Parts: sequence; structure tokens; C-alpha cells
Amino acid sequence: MRIGVILRPLLVAILLAMVLRPDWFRPVFEPFAPAGGPVIYERASLLSLSLSHLGIVALASLAATIVAVTLAILVTRPAGAAFRPLSRTITNMGQTFPPVAVLALTVPALGFGTGPTLVALFLYGLLPIFENAFTALTTLPPATMDAARGIGLNRWQRLIRVELPLALPVTLTGIRLSIVIALGTATIGSTVAARTLGEVIIAGLLTNNTAFVLQGGLIVGLFAVLIYDALVQLEGYLARRMGG
Amino acid sequence: MYLTPGLLFSVLGLAALMAPLMTLAANRIVAGEGVMAWDVAALPLVIPGLVAILAGLGLGLLTGRPAVRLAGGVLGLAGLIWLLVQGATAMLDGAGNYARVSPAAGFWCLLVILVLLIADALAALRPRPLARGGLLFAALAVLALVLGSGVLSELSVLQEYASRRDTFMRESLRHLSLSIGSLGAAAVIGFPLGILCHRRAQLKGATLPVLSFLQTIPSLAMFGLMIPILGWVGSTVPGARSIGIAGIGFAPAFLALVLYSLLPVVGNTVAGLASTPPAALEAARGMGMTPAQRLWQVELPLGLPIILTGLRIVLVQNIGLAVIAGLIGGGGFGTFVFQGLNQTATDLILLGALPTVVMALVAAIVMDILVDLTRHGPKDTR
Repeated sequence: MRIGVILRPLLVAILLAMVLRPDWFRPVFEPFAPAGGPVIYERASLLSLSLSHLGIVALASLAATIVAVTLAILVTRPAGAAFRPLSRTITNMGQTFPPVAVLALTVPALGFGTGPTLVALFLYGLLPIFENAFTALTTLPPATMDAARGIGLNRWQRLIRVELPLALPVTLTGIRLSIVIALGTATIGSTVAARTLGEVIIAGLLTNNTAFVLQGGLIVGLFAVLIYDALVQLEGYLARRMGG
Repeated sequence: MYLTPGLLFSVLGLAALMAPLMTLAANRIVAGEGVMAWDVAALPLVIPGLVAILAGLGLGLLTGRPAVRLAGGVLGLAGLIWLLVQGATAMLDGAGNYARVSPAAGFWCLLVILVLLIADALAALRPRPLARGGLLFAALAVLALVLGSGVLSELSVLQEYASRRDTFMRESLRHLSLSIGSLGAAAVIGFPLGILCHRRAQLKGATLPVLSFLQTIPSLAMFGLMIPILGWVGSTVPGARSIGIAGIGFAPAFLALVLYSLLPVVGNTVAGLASTPPAALEAARGMGMTPAQRLWQVELPLGLPIILTGLRIVLVQNIGLAVIAGLIGGGGFGTFVFQGLNQTATDLILLGALPTVVMALVAAIVMDILVDLTRHGPKDTR
């Protein structure tokens, strides 16, 4: 934990500097650039690429969360019980689909651009969230449920006041998995012309410019690690509040 | 009446039948024109296929009878493939030399619906592990038979295949060796590391967080970051270049996959070893077993299902991630995917993406069978 206290602000500072003041890093990347070639990616501002990248991930994950949690609530009600085995089959099979393949397969259906990337991220993001929300809602402590029924809460009140809050920490883990996958898949989205930070890496690969590859790779990697860490902290905080 | 999966499948299936089943395009690049299911060939040839699909969807409605639903799903799938075979030959008649036929939205939707119908019925039937292996083998044999017989060779995806048969074989092997080889390397490093972590909590506390951070790094960034590292190793370490270590190609892809594989291998080894019931450990100690004997004869056999689950996660994940290798010259199916994306050639994208999906699904099913076979003791009553 003590390492985190120093490391976390340091990494945030490095990330901010890399995105906002890319020129500061010219000496660092210089040795990796081809002789006479560009060192710092300047075809688009890194800030706008970062915002677009994070925006795509946030939008897809938000939509996936709403739909997946709704579906999980529906199949865990008595009326949806017939769909439980099917939903388990779909999540098991769906998660063996490689994210890259999902992205590649949406292009023939929807064409190039940000749209297909959003759809692919949304579809793939549903699975971990649904799986975790479903598990959480089906493994609630029976004693608590009995108590909720005993004090006269109706179905709706039980769902809002008891089931969903208790299911929140496990559901959040699913959302975190889904966001991490979305961050990675969005990076590959630049191969289908979505505006993301992957653009920098791809430009580096196409022109044999390792400086671009490093620059893009480090920014994306830092974003992923810091967001993952922030979500883990959030989960820990909520779990402590629930358990305390 | 409640909505049941069977009812949902029939409604969606009928809707999918109203969408174009196939497309006919003048050449490889332009967008094609949709053709409805009943127009893909002469009516007498189309009717058996349509009847089979409708009958299959109908049989799928029988909620309490999974065996009948399974038969319905298989019948519907046979009808769908029948339509595809008829359409592939009939639609090309007089359509020009460069014309291409391919399955369209209606076909893919029906395929997904029928496969889900079959999977749902199978989940209810719960076949034993060996029976599942037999079913998988039969399904793959039928797939190989249909593709090998040449009845679908007019389809555009298979035309792409025909024009690069040798490359396809080479990239398939490359994809397999990337995903299985990196699994092997991760196991060689991960098992001892997992066993050490099981013994020393301090090491575990230091190792697992680092490995999970590694897993969060987006794949494209990870593959990209390997390039300067291995390029440096290749140019400074004597002899490294001669064994193929260089900035681009197989080596960086392989190393990136190994790094991604470590967390599931180490994590599940630790979890598997920790899952030994305390009573079994007590008994082993009481019998006078040494720590090494306990590890080999008690902890490892009992933890095997969890350890194998880790390997399943790795294998499926690596088959998917190995696609990215195509971007850094590492080969594999990704070569076709990214070539196809560059040329906006849909069929080429499919030629890379479809085998990847099939390979991942087969790997998942095979590993699930292995996991089930290693489970001892009382059957879990889920």
C-alpha cells in the first residue's frame, strides 16, 4: 500500500504530462525514432485522441452496464426463470469469442468508423457484467432475504433496497473487467478507423517508428493501469461500507 | 403463457428469414445485393431447406423435451446449410466471372439462433464429458466434410481460401504454435512460481498484483512495447538474432502472450493448491508424508481441476490475442484480418476471424471436458 501512495500520483503526473505536453518527452523518445523522422506524434492532438478513446469506452460500458444489469434482474425474477440456463450458455459461449474477432466481424455488418467499435465494445462488455450481476443476485444470503420478506418489504422494495445494494460489489467487479477489456479493444478499434489512442501505435507500426509505438503504448498502458487501480479502490471502499 | 427460449428463438428465427439470406456482388470489393431465402435457387430446391428450418424452429418450442429440441436445432441447421449450398451454385449462373456470393445478415442471424437452440438443448441434456467429446468430434467431422466436399467452394470466403491455400495452412499452424507454445512457456514458469507463492504468502502478495496489472495493459500496447525491448535484446545480446529474437515477428508476439498468460496460471495454481481440504492435509501429515509427497500426492491432484481451469482461460484468451500478432508481423489468422481491413475485403476479414472463433470455441469445449474428467469425489449438484 505504501508504494501506492508514492507511485499513484507519480504515474498520474507522468500520464498527464505525456498527454498535455508531449514535447517534454522528445529527448526520451528520440533514440527510438528513425533518423530524421518525427519523434512526437503530431497528426492529431493526443488530448483529443485520449478524450475520444475514453469517451468511446465510457459510452459503451455505460450502455452495457444498463442493459446487462437489467437483463440480470429480469432473469432472476420468477417470470424469467426459463431463460436462466440459456443466459448462462450465452455468457459462456460469448466469452470464448475473441474481442478482436467481434470487432472484425462488426465491420462487414456496419462498416468502418467509431460506430462499429462502439457496438463491438457494447456487445462484448455485456458478458462479464451480466455474469457477475447474475451470480451476485442468485447467491444472496437466504437469511437476509427472509428477513426482508419478514419485515414486509414487497418485491420491488426488496430489489431496490436489499438485492441490488448487496449485489453491487460483485457487479462492480464485472464492470471493471468489462472496462479493462473495452480499453484494450478500443485501442485495436483504430484499425477500423475509430478515433482512439491506438492510432498512434498503428502509425508507428506502419512507418517503423518505434518512438510512436512507445509513446502510444505507454499512454494507453498508463490509462489502463490507473483506471483499473481506481476501480479496485472504489470496490474496496464500497465493500468496506457494505460489510461495515 | 410465459415467454420461453423456444418461443423467442422462433420469433427471432422468423424475423431473420425475412432478411436477405445471401448477397450477390459483382466483384470482391463492391457491396452486394441481398437475396431472400426463397429466391436463392429454383423453388423446388429451396422448399426442403425452408421446411427444415421452420420445422426445426417449431420443434424448438417443446420446452420440456430437450432431446426433441436438440433434433430440431440440428434439422434447422441442416436446412440452413442446404439453402447455402443451393444458393452458392444457382446464384452464380450467368452473373459474370468476378461475381461473388456470400452469406448475408439473414444467414448469420439464423446460424446464431440455431446454434443457441442446440446449445440450450445440450445444456439441459447435460451429456457426460466423453459424450461431449464425441459430439464435438462429430460436429467437426461434419464441418470438415461439408467444407472438403467442395459444395460450398463457390462462396466468396472459400474463394479467398482457394487463392491462398498454402498461406492459410502456414498461418493456422503459426496461430496454433503462438497460442499453445505461449501456454506451454507460461506453464513452465507459472507452475513453480505458483507453488512458491502457495508456500510463501509474502511472495504471493508481491507477485499477483504485478501480474494482474500486466493483464490490464491493452494488447496492442503490450505487443507494441515488446518491439523496442526485443529489438534491443536482438541487437545487443550475441546470438539472440540468430535464434530469431528481433523487434518484430514471432518473438515479441510470443513474449506478450506469455506475459498475459502468467496471471491465470499462477493465480489458479495458488487457488488450486489452497483448495485442499484441511482434513486431507491433516491425514497426509498424520501418515508421515514429507512436504514434497504432500504436494505431489495430495495437493496437486486435488487442485488439478482449478489449475486446468486456469489453463483453459489462458488458451482461449491466447487464441484471441494471437490475432494481434498479425499487426507486428508475428503471423497467425490476424494476418488475414488486418489485410482484409486494409483492403476493405470483407471475405478476407472473415477468413481470419471465423477460424479464430472456431478454434477458441473448440479449445474451450475440449478444456472443459478435461476439467470435468479430473474432478474427483462427489458430483457437484448444481
